[in-house]
Amino acid sequence: MLGLNKKDTSLFLIVLGMTLFAPFILNPFPVDSDLAQFNAGYPDLMQRFLIFGIFAIGFNILFGLTGYLSFGHAAFLGVGSYAGVWMMKLLTMNVVPAIVVSVIVAGLFSLFVGWISLRRSGIYFSILTLAFAQMSFALAYSVLTPVTGGETGLQLSLSDPRVLGVGATPEGSIPLTNFFGLEMRDSWEPALGGWLFTFNAGYYLCAVLMLVAFYVAIRIFRSPFGMMLKAVKSNQQRMQYTGLNPKPYTLAAFVISGMYAGLAGGLMVSMDPLAGAERMFWTASGEVVLMTILGGAGTLIGPVLGAGFIKYMENIVSKINEGILHAWFAFLPDGLEDFVVAVFYPFVGKGWHLTLGIMFMLVVIFLPGGIVEGGQRIGRLFRRRPAEPKGRPVGAPSSSAAE
Amino acid sequence: MDAIILQILNGLDKGSAYALIALGLTLIFGTLGVVNFAHGALFMLGAFCAVTLSRLLAISHETVDPTRTDFLGNPLKVQTPYVEEWFGPEIGQTIIEWSVPLGILFAIPIMIAAGLAMERGLIRYFYKRPHADQILVTFGLAIVLQEIVKYFFGANPIPTPAPPALVGSLDFGVLIGFDAGQIIYPYWRLIYFIFAAILIGGVFAFLQFTTFGMVVRAGMADRETVGLLGINIDKRFTIMFAIAAVVAGLAGVMYAPINSPNYHMGMDFLVLSFVVVVVGGMGSLGGAVLAGFVLGILESFASMPQVTSVIPGINQIVIYLVAIIILLTRPRGLLGRKGVME
Repeated sequence: MLGLNKKDTSLFLIVLGMTLFAPFILNPFPVDSDLAQFNAGYPDLMQRFLIFGIFAIGFNILFGLTGYLSFGHAAFLGVGSYAGVWMMKLLTMNVVPAIVVSVIVAGLFSLFVGWISLRRSGIYFSILTLAFAQMSFALAYSVLTPVTGGETGLQLSLSDPRVLGVGATPEGSIPLTNFFGLEMRDSWEPALGGWLFTFNAGYYLCAVLMLVAFYVAIRIFRSPFGMMLKAVKSNQQRMQYTGLNPKPYTLAAFVISGMYAGLAGGLMVSMDPLAGAERMFWTASGEVVLMTILGGAGTLIGPVLGAGFIKYMENIVSKINEGILHAWFAFLPDGLEDFVVAVFYPFVGKGWHLTLGIMFMLVVIFLPGGIVEGGQRIGRLFRRRPAEPKGRPVGAPSSSAAE
Repeated sequence: MDAIILQILNGLDKGSAYALIALGLTLIFGTLGVVNFAHGALFMLGAFCAVTLSRLLAISHETVDPTRTDFLGNPLKVQTPYVEEWFGPEIGQTIIEWSVPLGILFAIPIMIAAGLAMERGLIRYFYKRPHADQILVTFGLAIVLQEIVKYFFGANPIPTPAPPALVGSLDFGVLIGFDAGQIIYPYWRLIYFIFAAILIGGVFAFLQFTTFGMVVRAGMADRETVGLLGINIDKRFTIMFAIAAVVAGLAGVMYAPINSPNYHMGMDFLVLSFVVVVVGGMGSLGGAVLAGFVLGILESFASMPQVTSVIPGINQIVIYLVAIIILLTRPRGLLGRKGVME
């Protein structure tokens, strides 16, 4: 289908199904149950899953295929989101031009950065991208305040000279972002029994673009161009000896991943028209590195899983506070309850970064293929037993369909 | 003229911190070949050693002060630090005030332990893995260390003052023939610079004049040959890692009064010190120190109002700008050796 082989088609269909039915999948608990706080099916978070999924897919095209570890990709996301907000300020609240311009601007910026940074490889490349990103951050934060809004960030105002459309609605508020009239905030919330599902327009716009981005990534992975990038990763010298210049390929990969980041930035401001400099800080670049490695660098589905995992932790696990922990372990005797809560508390709530850091280290040390490899290993473990016909655990179908 | 001298002096303390961290990074890189993104976390741990010691010294218990009474006529209860009880009030008070310099003694064993634990427990498994893996695992470790510190000490910066005897400023200008009050320089910054110079000198002397240092230098140049001579080079490299950790930690201890320690200071310094290392030349100890001071001073020049009014924001990007230019024109950095990481 669509020029994909059978394995890739089934992977694509799984991702398609997962994104389309995410409002169901992510809302497994009834609204008034104790576990409702684990429901991730609200529009804001679902959009984040997809947007950071796109960001990570793009990063993976560079890092997973060529092995060039960039520590400055957040800069492209930031540049893209500034460009998007400017389109909304100047042209129209329709998100299409904003997203298109975000991708183009981020692509141009990454062309510039990549053209310079790719002169060096290894740690030098990482440091160069880091330096560019920190420079962009510093500039956006202070010098370029007229363009970027400085500390407060770039936001819409009532006096924006919007060419197509009005500066303010008749009620006197800032118009909402829309897709040819369909407002991004529009939601349809059917209640089924104790469950409440939210189908949000913005989420489905992100979903469509994510699927397109994912499809393009599959095609890149399977193309001769993708093979070139893998050759760059495995042995650049040997590649040069065969008469191929790796530079154009790596630069193209860098720009493509920059454009993915720009798309993520454009979508981000389409959902919430506000762009801030902190989005470009180098730790934000570190986050996308974490996502890709956790999920599995070099695999198709890995970065998406990693992005979902980290954003889920950031939004759900970080909300578990001491009171909730006490409620969970209330069945234990008092002294033991306090002890168990004290053991778990540093790892959840405000300490969720600790869990993330530990998991990340464990993945780098023991599971270089990330979640995907973990799934594959579990899958293999179960498949070796012929006596068990239905031995496939959850997570195995998606992972075995990946790389 | 006085403004220039002042900026040079201003750049020295930050430059010292850069140079010390970069020196440790280069030691680890040159000996073990590991790119250690957790080195900033060691700097941060050092600063929190100072915080911990000042808190430990201030542990007190309630005693009754028979000489004073409250307004009801009852004997007044006061908090007396144990240190004051053991050494008498005056000496005890002095010990508490001098907790930051004492933190050096406190930090050395802790940093040695931290360095050995890091190298033996984690990093030695990464010698043969690609640099990207080393960056990633030490980046993860840095996050973990940072979060542990945040859990115990909170997210806010903790003011850690220098001893009162060393608070104040030196009228530096008078010493070199300027009018009084033109160039004044805080004592603690001067001490920090002198301390850094001694530490750097110590490391260099250690490498230059001891047999141990000679073997390590030989190992940096050609690890295999030294190993073939029957020398356990790995053990020496492990010790060098601990030394690098101590250097970073002590840089952190002494930096605490200049900038209140917070849990992310390591990451803030780490990025800059990597830039310093790269500018100085990967693997060159002298280059790291030189670039540290040069960039520190450059940064302070760029923050002069005369400069920022012409090129606004230059103070925040000058280091990165210099790094990019150096990397593109002199790919090996200022004093880089051939064949390192190429």
